[in-house]
Formats: sequence, structure tokens, C-alpha cells
Amino acid sequence: MSTRKLREICATAPSLVWLTAFLLVPTLMVLTFAFKKADPMGGIGTEWTFATLRSLANPSYPAIIWRTIWQSLATTAICVAVSIPMAYYMARTGERTRRFLMVLTILPFWTCFILRVFAWMSLLHPHGIVKNILVALGMADPSSQLLYTSGAVLLVMVYNHLPFAILPIYASAEKFDYQLLEAAADLGATRATAVMRVFIPGIKAGIFAAILMVLIPALGEYVIPDMVGGPASEMIGNKIAQRVQNDRNLPHACALSAALMLFVMGPMVAYLFARRKGGKEGGRFSI
Amino acid sequence: MGEFLEFQGVSKRFGPVKAVNNVSFSVKRGEFFSLLGPSGCGKTTLLRLIAGFEQPDSGRILLDGQDITQLPPNHRNVNTVFQNYALFPHMTVFENIAFGLRVARRPKDEIEHEVMSMLKLVQMEDKAWHLPSQISGGQKQRVAIARALVNKPSVLLLDEPLAALDLKLRQRMLLELDLIHDQVGITFLYVTHDQGEAMSLSDRIAVMHSGVTEQIATPAEVYEAPKTSFVASFIGDTNFFDGIVSSVPDDDYCLVDIPDFADIEGFNGVLCYNDKKKAVGGRVNLSVRPEKFGISIDPPRRQFAHMNVLRAKVEDIIYTGNHTNYWVSVGSRRIAVYQQHAGYLLDEKPIRWGDDVWLYWNADNGYMLDDEAAPDPGLGDNVKGV
Repeated sequence: MSTRKLREICATAPSLVWLTAFLLVPTLMVLTFAFKKADPMGGIGTEWTFATLRSLANPSYPAIIWRTIWQSLATTAICVAVSIPMAYYMARTGERTRRFLMVLTILPFWTCFILRVFAWMSLLHPHGIVKNILVALGMADPSSQLLYTSGAVLLVMVYNHLPFAILPIYASAEKFDYQLLEAAADLGATRATAVMRVFIPGIKAGIFAAILMVLIPALGEYVIPDMVGGPASEMIGNKIAQRVQNDRNLPHACALSAALMLFVMGPMVAYLFARRKGGKEGGRFSI
Repeated sequence: MGEFLEFQGVSKRFGPVKAVNNVSFSVKRGEFFSLLGPSGCGKTTLLRLIAGFEQPDSGRILLDGQDITQLPPNHRNVNTVFQNYALFPHMTVFENIAFGLRVARRPKDEIEHEVMSMLKLVQMEDKAWHLPSQISGGQKQRVAIARALVNKPSVLLLDEPLAALDLKLRQRMLLELDLIHDQVGITFLYVTHDQGEAMSLSDRIAVMHSGVTEQIATPAEVYEAPKTSFVASFIGDTNFFDGIVSSVPDDDYCLVDIPDFADIEGFNGVLCYNDKKKAVGGRVNLSVRPEKFGISIDPPRRQFAHMNVLRAKVEDIIYTGNHTNYWVSVGSRRIAVYQQHAGYLLDEKPIRWGDDVWLYWNADNGYMLDDEAAPDPGLGDNVKGV
């Protein structure tokens, strides 16, 4: 073994150990526990069973899974759609404005996540400021409900995940060569065509990263639907939390988690695999 | 050949800087026209105004009689070859060239045909399915030209297209550009800071300086008959003589007293062609190109009707093979003299450092400039470069 190789291994070892201990092992544990029996005391039983997996066929789950998917996809779509013009503006504006917008993007992280959701609860409250303004403008019925709806969940989810879309897209937009847009206009493209056919393909690595950064946590979200959503806006994350905290049924929670994980990772792995096989641009988006 | 592309009093400011200051000129159909000047002279701004990337603060731009001043870039029938090519990195060479035609929603088989014939013109058929990252700088250059030409623009704008290439490739692309211009026959507007490129390609050159066009003429005219001291010093090398007319012996010539030569024995003025009809006492700024001088150890054998002859001392000699550059001192001045070696005789007495020599030139080769003072006396008395 060459010293170079040895040095590489030494350099990789810490992160490899970390990932193995805190990502790979827990993931495998989750997958394994899904095949275990529940211990009535809230722990993991010793016997193996398929009963937990079979219980996923519960007719209430498809609706919740479907809602989880569309809420997450809608969150992702809105975040990306808002972030693209934002990132474009940030990349093209002057240094001062850029820094100001960057601070605005990151600032919410300095406040506790729960507090921020509480802030939204008071804003959307039946006597909250948003409701009052909408009623005063005649845009909402005084008896209508803002809080505890799917709309509220979507709004707060978009709010919460937006920075995770802005940052990677901005990172790509900053590196984009804006003369390409002039070249496109020069060749007869309208602004919309230039954006669709030159700018967006040019920042697709950032968009792809943003989709992952928003979609994955959004699929597992449970605090936001719990706090601002109603009973009709539960997501799969809420069910997992209920299994853990209320039912003390860890195998059932693990089975749900595993299903969610496979659902998220399956298409992604397939996509990456297809890309790699497609060849031409393979490796450029190794995420 | 009428006026095809016309500028009427065009001005453009960037903050306090007048990038283009009241520029008016016109380019003929099919002409190869160059905008030549140092960086910051406004030539690229002018090009961007034609492309539509910038709007002038005042003035009009007409293309084939139509006012295009307010048209957005995608509605102008002009195409640009960008300095760094600006090829779309995610598209193949073929798709890059096809972009303009696809945007114009041309039929598929027509696009195929047009792109292929363009690839043929720039000799890139075998690279059609490569990405820009997979081809060399010279090849990118050709793709950029093909991508612009495929739209059959009225005017092709070229923004320092050869600046990013190395010398050998630049010389080859220079010939190819000339060839392409002959083949497609459309108007080329070429922006460059390289006088060599402009001289060898252009039908006419506009020499720009500080946002204004100093002179618009053929390459030979710009070189041989510069209008201003900026043009004289930017295009090639020159010697400036600043003086005052001391007498006007006839209609065509005048004698100019050069203060720097005052202490030369028997000096009674430099004879020069008086095309500006200066009277006695008028200030004259004369430009004499270094290769217009004759230099010899012995007194010049033949005498011309309007010849200036001065005694000079050789201070520096640089032999470059096909010619020799001398720096000689005359009075309190240093003058550059370039001598071709045509008819070189081995037995001729060679000129050495410190030799006293005869310096002579025909009065017709001194050119009176419009402005009365040289921009900067500079290195080696107004001679820039070697």
C-alpha cells in the first residue's frame, strides 16, 4: 500500500466513522426494527414478525402518504420557484444589497425553530394581524379559518425551507456567466426563452441540490403540521411521532420510517443511476 | 454601396464617464469596418449599443434606413461574436449553432441543413456533437462565428474575437476571418485594440479615443496620413516635431522652427508640406514615421527638391534582421529611425554607436496633425515601443 493511499484513508477515516456510527447504523437499526415485535413496555421485542409491515396496509395511511407527498412537492416547487428569481437578483445586484439579502435569508436561523412556528401561529390566529388585514381588505370572511388548515401548513413549510432552496441556487447563480443571456438575446431569444433555455439549465446543479435540501426534510416534517395544521393536514411524520410518543410502538414507527425512507431514496437512487449510465454529463452532479 | 449602418450623434454615459461622446459615422453594406482604440476608448460600448445591450443617452442608430435605437437585442438583425465566445456550455456545438434558428421556430430539416452548412464553412463538421468544454479555443471561436452567421445577420459584430487566442492561432484565424467575410459578404464590425488585426482585415478603420472617433479612413490613410497626434502614436511608431512656422516660401511648403533644434549650427528650420495652409507664426505639430528617414555616414548622394538634412549622433542601435532601429540625437532630441535592409551591401561602411551621421527625409513625408501639441512627449522623445 502506497503512503499516498494510506494518507487518503487516514484523511477519510473520521468522516467515514462518523457516517457509519450515526447514519448507517441507525438506518439499519430502523430497517431491522421494522421486522420486530413491539414490547408492551415501549421497547423492542425479541421475536421477528411481518405483522408490523402488514399493519401499514391500514386504510388511513394511503391518504396521509398522498398528503405528505403533495405537501412536500408543493413546498419544494414553491421554494424553488421563489428562489430562482431571488438568486438571480442576488447574483446580479451590488455588493451591499447582496449582503443585506444574504443576512435576511440567514437571519431566521438565529431564532429557535419552534419560536418561529409559534410566531406564525399568532400571525394566523383568528384574531391575528394577518387575518385582521385580510378581513379589513375584504379578502377573507370573518368566520373563515386561517390557522389549522393545510394552507397554513404549506405556508409555514415554505417559509421554513426557503433558505435551503435559496442558498444552493444562489451558489450556482453566482457562478453563472450572465453574458450567456446576452448571447441568447443576441440570437433572437426573448427574456423568457433565454431564462428557460440558458439560465435554468446553467444553474440546474443548484436547483437539483435545492430540491433535495427541501424535499427530504419536508417529507419527514411533523412539527409544522402538528402546530399549525388541523386533523386533516397530518403528515406521515406526525404518524411516526404518534407511534413513538403516544403508542410507544417503536417497531411500527420504524416500519413507517423505513417506508418513507425507501420512498424518498428509491426514485433518487434510480435517477442518479440513470444519469450515471446516461454518461455524457455523469459525475457532474455527484451529490 | 449606400450607407448601411449609421450613427447619428450617439452618446452614452456611465456615471460621470462619457463612454461614447457624440459619435457620428456610417458603415457601408458589405464593408469590413474596425473600431480601433485602447481599452476604455468606448469601442466596446459602441458595439453593445449596436447589439442593443445598451441604450444610448442621445442620438440615433440606423440599420438599412430603419431606426433601431430603441429595439431590444432579440429584434435586431445583428449578431455578435463575444470576446470569450459565450457558447452555451450545456449544448453541443450543433445545438449552439442551431439556437438562433430554433428560437425563430424554423422547420427541423431546414435547421439541420443550415447548421451543417455553417459547420462546413468553419470546418467543424466532425465536432458537431462535442460540448464546448471538449473543444479548443480556436474551435470555440469558429463555433461562435458560425452561431452568429447562421442567422444571416445584416451586420456581424465581433468583440475582440482573437484576443483570447495565442499568436499562431490568431494569425491563422485572421486569414480565416478574412476568407469568411469574402464568402458571406455581409457587413463586419470588428472591435479591437490590436492595430495589426485592424490594419490587415479592415476596409476602413475608426480610431477611437476617449469616446470620440479621431479618424475614420482606410488602413493606409490612417497610417500614412494620421489626423491627430493620438492616431499617429497609436497606429505604429512616430516622431513628433513641435514648432512654429518661420517662413512660407511658396504655396505648398513652409519652414518650421523647431525649438529643440535651436542649438544646431546652421539650422534654419524644417521644411514641411503645408497642407493646412499655416501662416508665419502658426504652431505646427509634425509627425514623421521612423521608416521615412534616411541615415548614412556619408552625406546623402542624391538631393531631392524638398529634402531636410540634419547632422545626428547615433545613440542606440537594435538590429532585428529585416530592419535596424536607430535612436539618434539631434539637438536636444532623440529621434527613432527604422531602416529596411533592401539593397544591403556588405562593403558599405556600417553605422556604429556614437557615429556622427546624416539624417534626411523628404518634406512630403512629414505630416501636419490637427492638434497642435503631442499628447505626451514620452519615452525616447515621442517614440513608443520598438
